Amino acid sequence: MTIIDQTDAVPAPRDGESTGPLLDVRDLHVEFHTREGVVRAVNGVNYSVNSGETLAVLGESGSGKSVTAQAIMGILDMPPARIPQGEIRFHGRDMLAMSEEERRKIRGARIAMIFQDALSSLNPVLSVGFQLGEMFRVHQGMSRKDAKAKAVELMDRVKIPAAAARVNDYPHQFSGGMRQRIMIAMALALEPDLIIADEPTTALDVTVQAQVMDLLAELQREYRMGLILITHDLGVVADVADKIAVMYAGRIVETAPVHELYKRPAHPYTRGLLDSIPRLDQKGQELYAIKGLPPNLLKVPKGCAFNPRCDRAQDVCRTDVPPLVQVTERDGTALPGRASACHFWKETIHG
Amino acid sequence: MSEKTIERPTTDEAALAKEIEADEKAAARQASLLKDGWADLRKRPMFIVSGLVILLLLALAVAPGLFTARSPFSDGFCQLQNSMTPPTSGHLFGYDVQGCDIYTRTVYGARNSIIVGVVTTIATTLIGGLVGMLAGLIGGWIDALLSRVTEVFSALPLLVGGLLIMSIWGGGDVWSVSLIMAVLGWPQVFRIMRGEVISNKYNDYVAAARALGAGSGRIAFRHILPNTLAPVIVITTMNLGVYIAAEAALSYLGIGIQYPNISWGLMISDAQDRFLTSPHALLFPAGALSITVLAFIMLGDVVRDAFDPKMR
Repeated sequence: MTIIDQTDAVPAPRDGESTGPLLDVRDLHVEFHTREGVVRAVNGVNYSVNSGETLAVLGESGSGKSVTAQAIMGILDMPPARIPQGEIRFHGRDMLAMSEEERRKIRGARIAMIFQDALSSLNPVLSVGFQLGEMFRVHQGMSRKDAKAKAVELMDRVKIPAAAARVNDYPHQFSGGMRQRIMIAMALALEPDLIIADEPTTALDVTVQAQVMDLLAELQREYRMGLILITHDLGVVADVADKIAVMYAGRIVETAPVHELYKRPAHPYTRGLLDSIPRLDQKGQELYAIKGLPPNLLKVPKGCAFNPRCDRAQDVCRTDVPPLVQVTERDGTALPGRASACHFWKETIHG
Repeated sequence: MSEKTIERPTTDEAALAKEIEADEKAAARQASLLKDGWADLRKRPMFIVSGLVILLLLALAVAPGLFTARSPFSDGFCQLQNSMTPPTSGHLFGYDVQGCDIYTRTVYGARNSIIVGVVTTIATTLIGGLVGMLAGLIGGWIDALLSRVTEVFSALPLLVGGLLIMSIWGGGDVWSVSLIMAVLGWPQVFRIMRGEVISNKYNDYVAAARALGAGSGRIAFRHILPNTLAPVIVITTMNLGVYIAAEAALSYLGIGIQYPNISWGLMISDAQDRFLTSPHALLFPAGALSITVLAFIMLGDVVRDAFDPKMR
């Protein structure tokens, strides 16, 4: 006779296949109530991440990618923000229905976040050792001395030279790349199941960017964590992501496994993004740019939000919101993991 | 289209070495804000001068017996036949109208001035700091309410408020004077604290601390509070001198410290009628008061220069 243990609401993720994805965002809406009106920053986002998988969320500034991440972390300021509908399932449990205390225990321990600007995300008046150790003191009630020892260990893990000597230094005494390593160390401290990295390399210069991304990818593989990588840098995505979700005006407009997306985009917006990457073999030619500006979220265009900027826009695009539909081959065989929210995805992907 | 459209540089030893070098350069810069400020402070002559004067005043306040053999509270301390005697050897500051030795009274007066200054400063910092922090952190209608209450207190002028409180509670010792000034003085600290908390609470590191699971108490006291301290320390140091001067003013006007307690303000008030014939009775306590206030305000000034990054 088998006894199925139902008490463990949050099953251990890393051993074998658990039921369902690690994180499952379903039909998430976030709006901000401002003096000018209601800003609909996120309008029905769906995505999921499994253990050990990297999801890249791609989009321009204001496309709602960071707001989605903050909603997952539960660090949106409410008010002005509101989540009128949607579910964020972590290990199958809807986090939006949890108490604040339950969510606080998940933050940092089970889901951690890496912020864009490490200098402003580290407290300027506390030493990095103190801030790293805080993770252990808050979540595990460790003593000050043990926490500091752990902090040194972590700094070693993220390859900060002379960690023991630098544990009492303050954030401004580190260079940009080292600071971002400290942020990564903080996020990794309690070996969370999921890490959300919000443009982790945007504030760094290119050589350091590569190192930080490599480090992040290496640690993710080692701990078999899920990773949500929020970025607008298509170059970063290609190397580390497993699948991509492209966001525009608070919606996901295309999802695809990473290399599929680069080969055959199924949404004109994605195509525009790919075409606007400078390429050596097109030296001397004018660089493509998507014309127009991202929409004002106070008044998103009717129909497809991208229609004013789209080359393919027809009348139907100005009236009907395209649903996110499964993308298939020409002959109708389904392409796994691919979806597009375009009325003309067939024409876009198959030319 | 090729699979990878952008080639990114690969991690190699040279790049890492470069990063480490940049990092070491950053580390060579001065340490924390406080250490930085302290290092800066020690080099300023104004800090050394005011610091020495304040140390002397503290010694006077703690152990006046070290500086004078007489006690103003002993029997026969005041001899009327000595009334208004100018300075002589052995009685360097002369005698006042009651025939009391002015030097001894001036020495003993330091204690009350210092007590009033320190107690008032601590009280205003605690009340204003705590209430300001609450208002800034919670915001909304609680902030609005607390701010309005604060404005009621700060709308009362010191003298009117002093008269009012004295007539309600009476008093005339250091504690009642400290109470008056604390009640009327905390709004200043409140405003600074509230502003600092509000400007700090939207910083990224607060969001980051929250994202890593810190609770609101920890965020308030561990993360926001240390970042608000520098301006509060500055205003507190400057206020010490201001409060000492205000105590003298209240006592001079008869609504502060009263007999038999000793206060420089009271001594000045007593001596003013005979200023033309025997100026010494006024000049010595007034000089002591001026030097004390000047020392604290100078200290406040250098502390502000050292700690306030906007002043650099």
